[in-house]
Amino acid sequence: MQVQSDFVRSLPGDPAALSVQRGRWRRWHIDLQLLLLLMALAVYGLIVLYSASDKDLDRVVRQMVYFSVAFVSMFVVAQIQVKTIRTLAPLGYLAGIVMLILVIFVGDGAKGAQRWLSLFGLIRFQPSEIMKMAAPLTVAWYLSDVVLPPKARYLAVGLMIALLPPGLIVVQPDLGTAIMIGSSGLFALWLSGIRWRYLLGGGFVVLASAWPVWQFLLHDYQRQRISTLFNPESDRLGAGWNIIQSKTAIGSGGWDGKGWLNGTQSHLDFLPESHTDFIIAVLAEEFGLIGVLLLLLIYLLIILRCAQISSLAKDTFSRLAAGSITLTFFVYVLVNMGMVSGMLPVVGVPLPLVSYGGTALVTMLASFGVLMAISTEGE
Amino acid sequence: MQKHVAIKDGYSEQQLYRQRLYLSLGIVVVLLSVLIYRYADLQLVQYDTFVTQSERNRVHVQPVAPKRGLIFDRKGRLLADNRPSYSLVIVKERVDNLDDTLTDLQQLFDIDKNNIEKFKRRLRRRSPYQSVPLKFRLSEDEISRFAVNRYRLPGVEIKAQLVRHYPEGAAFTHIVGYVGRISSSDQERLDSAEGNQTNYAATDHIGKIGLERYYETILHGVVGSQHVETNAHGRVLRVLQQVDPEPGIDITLYADVELQKTISKIMAGRRGSVVALDPRTGGILAMVSTPSYDPNPFVTGIGSHDYSKLRDSINLPLFNRSLQGQYPPGSTIKPIMGLAGLHYRIVSRSSSVADPGWYQLANDERFYRDWKRGGHAPFMNLHSSMAQSCDVYFYDLAYKLGVDRIFEFSSEFGLGQLTGIDSTSERRGLLPSREWKRKQKREPWFPGETLNIGIGQGYMLVTPLQLAVATATIANRGERPVPRLAMPTKGLRDALFEKNSLFQSESSKTLQNMPALTPLNDLPVVDNHWSQIIAGMEAVMHGARGTARAAGAGAKYRIAGKTGTAQVIGIAQGEKYDKEAIIERQRDHALFIGFAPIDNPLVAVAIIIENGGSGSSVAAPIGRKIFDWVIEHEEDLKSEPIPAESLPSFNNTDLAPIAFINKRELLNASAI
Repeated sequence: MQVQSDFVRSLPGDPAALSVQRGRWRRWHIDLQLLLLLMALAVYGLIVLYSASDKDLDRVVRQMVYFSVAFVSMFVVAQIQVKTIRTLAPLGYLAGIVMLILVIFVGDGAKGAQRWLSLFGLIRFQPSEIMKMAAPLTVAWYLSDVVLPPKARYLAVGLMIALLPPGLIVVQPDLGTAIMIGSSGLFALWLSGIRWRYLLGGGFVVLASAWPVWQFLLHDYQRQRISTLFNPESDRLGAGWNIIQSKTAIGSGGWDGKGWLNGTQSHLDFLPESHTDFIIAVLAEEFGLIGVLLLLLIYLLIILRCAQISSLAKDTFSRLAAGSITLTFFVYVLVNMGMVSGMLPVVGVPLPLVSYGGTALVTMLASFGVLMAISTEGE
Repeated sequence: MQKHVAIKDGYSEQQLYRQRLYLSLGIVVVLLSVLIYRYADLQLVQYDTFVTQSERNRVHVQPVAPKRGLIFDRKGRLLADNRPSYSLVIVKERVDNLDDTLTDLQQLFDIDKNNIEKFKRRLRRRSPYQSVPLKFRLSEDEISRFAVNRYRLPGVEIKAQLVRHYPEGAAFTHIVGYVGRISSSDQERLDSAEGNQTNYAATDHIGKIGLERYYETILHGVVGSQHVETNAHGRVLRVLQQVDPEPGIDITLYADVELQKTISKIMAGRRGSVVALDPRTGGILAMVSTPSYDPNPFVTGIGSHDYSKLRDSINLPLFNRSLQGQYPPGSTIKPIMGLAGLHYRIVSRSSSVADPGWYQLANDERFYRDWKRGGHAPFMNLHSSMAQSCDVYFYDLAYKLGVDRIFEFSSEFGLGQLTGIDSTSERRGLLPSREWKRKQKREPWFPGETLNIGIGQGYMLVTPLQLAVATATIANRGERPVPRLAMPTKGLRDALFEKNSLFQSESSKTLQNMPALTPLNDLPVVDNHWSQIIAGMEAVMHGARGTARAAGAGAKYRIAGKTGTAQVIGIAQGEKYDKEAIIERQRDHALFIGFAPIDNPLVAVAIIIENGGSGSSVAAPIGRKIFDWVIEHEEDLKSEPIPAESLPSFNNTDLAPIAFINKRELLNASAI
């Protein structure tokens, strides 16, 4: 038998061999499928980044360093037991809330927004990054002790947990991050199975409060961004410039693109923020619709794998946490690609794992670390 | 258990979760489809639009200004040059905040409110992405100051361009004219002419008056273009394709810098005009109108203070007297009158008239006085009357000729008509006729008025140029030249007739071959008559009693001339009362016409000095100096290529002159 099994094992594609292989990875709490997909995305992103930063190899190297740090942090998070994560989440949440309040008073500013907190002048970081993970996990933590579907008062507490951080972030102001963190908490609530009548009622309240929010809560520049969205041509050289230029970049890419490094819009500086929030325009210009579809395929596969992980998770906390991270990941893609193509307002949301920037990468991959921990729980 | 206690049910929660998850994935797929639809719409459906837009983003077509043709004097000395000049320009679309930028620039450069106001006015008249000049003629120092600060001034650039410069300054203003910035009225004129809209896309200046305006299309050249790749900041990265501009044609004048400046020097401090032309070609050797002014400030825009000083000066420096000044010819008309008398057989060599110092018509109590009290002599013939400028003889002659024959005959010499010189703003003068008087004054013609015309007074008005052309016609014994500033060099002829389609496409300009010399076909004057008149004019210069014998004395060549002293009446209304000025301005105009040498005329001149006094003592010596100069440079003039065939001429009415002159300035004098 031993001989035979050895022989069988050497056959390519043998399910047993694969499962052994996978088992080896899983012992290290790595979900191989997810890891491969993430790495494929990272490589694709780096290729685009090289062109988007106008062949600046330094920037690509720096992004690779960020990736390394991010993958390491993902690996570290994946080693933590799920029940530990569940315990840590509310603590992180509380610490995050304190720091968000501190930011309002003693934060460092840039471009008219106070987002940074400086620790003894040594480390500068954005407390909102902690919240990206802490907020959905804390909602999931809270709901995991509640009988689902949650009753109104539990729902109310859950809503408060979900909406307090975005409320603190939106005054920094950082509308994009606030939306992302708010929606991640809400996704946990939604996935917990809240009743439709609460959902409809909530939807009605949101619509009714839209006007006061527009009038009193949004900053001028945010309002301008939204109104520019609906008529970008109105201010060709001002606020509409970004959208017009990015649409031109995307549209002129056509079916198969202008070719790598050949995008004129980005290389001639017409495209703003071409290596960060608007990097999808560079991709679309140089690789065309094919390139866009390939990117979306990778994203879809990641989402499906994550959905599967959440579906197979062993307890409510794991399910809600994994599901909420998955849907939030999708919303990043949707909002970013929607805004660059002129479908959605320009709010500062990066394209996950493609846009240049270290902090967002680390946070994003740490979230995937949570997913991997859930996926490989008990192995 | 009677009461149901809600307990967590792991299985049902998982079911509930999966239900929500599948619903969520459904929504994810729908939203992904929307995203794909959006990108496909941009990249496939609207592809053409965006490709065009991206190309337009990237590639700009920039017009390249042609180099304006130079203007030389007959010996190749520069009269109009192009000099590099650097201006500070702003492309408004690329400036973040215009007011801040202007404030920054004000700290770097010497820019006053006036500059900024003018800049803002220009800003309103430009097309998108066109650079608008803020400050002209930057110094080296300013250019380097800009280079250092350039990084923080997006949208601000330094533009190098060639700007017209007139090295001879005031001496040639009334010949060459000047260019100035294209005004809104120029722009309208350009827009209405086919093909010009694009041709001037890169041009800032246009001929305003004089030669610069007359030959504008030829001097300007044809615009070129450059396809350039620019980045979002408008900086040109590389030139993809270039169509070179066709430079404007250089123009060489008949005029001589040395002669022009010599005359200008003599005329300094006087008001008047001197025209010297070559009777064989019509080429203008010198054409001076004093006072003059420096044209250079007009090129980049003269300050309103300086301009109003010129405009309001009582001496009218902006007024081109040679072409626009209309004066009574006085006695300088007498050669033509005498010729008419001979031609119509009213007088002969031997016929004479008694001159008691006055003349009287039958049935008219009025005395028509001779300029010389007591008269010249009991028997005055044509020869002596010419030499001594006897008025009574010409009263009698004019009376016998009658206004109709005077009109007919004088017309042959170009009086009362445009000479057709290649410049702008020319005036007609006035050759009166019965018909003119009926129309203009609603009165019949009175015989006494004929007498006044006989001595070049009354209604008759001529421009100095007309007078010079008439003199040249006498020198040529009946061939009237068309006065020309520009030599018909090969380049100019090609431009006029063959190559330059722009020039011909302007329908209002009827281009045709026009002979350099027009014979007096309608009234063929016999040679003997010419000789008699020229002999009379010779006696003016060299005769024992000739009015200009002092000016003619000592010449090694023979001169034919005629002096004139035109009386002036009062000052037109509205002029400031200034006793001394009025007295000065009531003095006679001094005139002189003449040509030399008699047997082979090289130059014909007409000189008018406003309120100069006597023609013989003031104007004739200037004529002598011109003759001396010309004889001295005889070899130069003889060797000049005479255009045998023809000269171009075109109707130039659409380039209406800029009127600097109002009516009171037209003529502060009219004849008795």
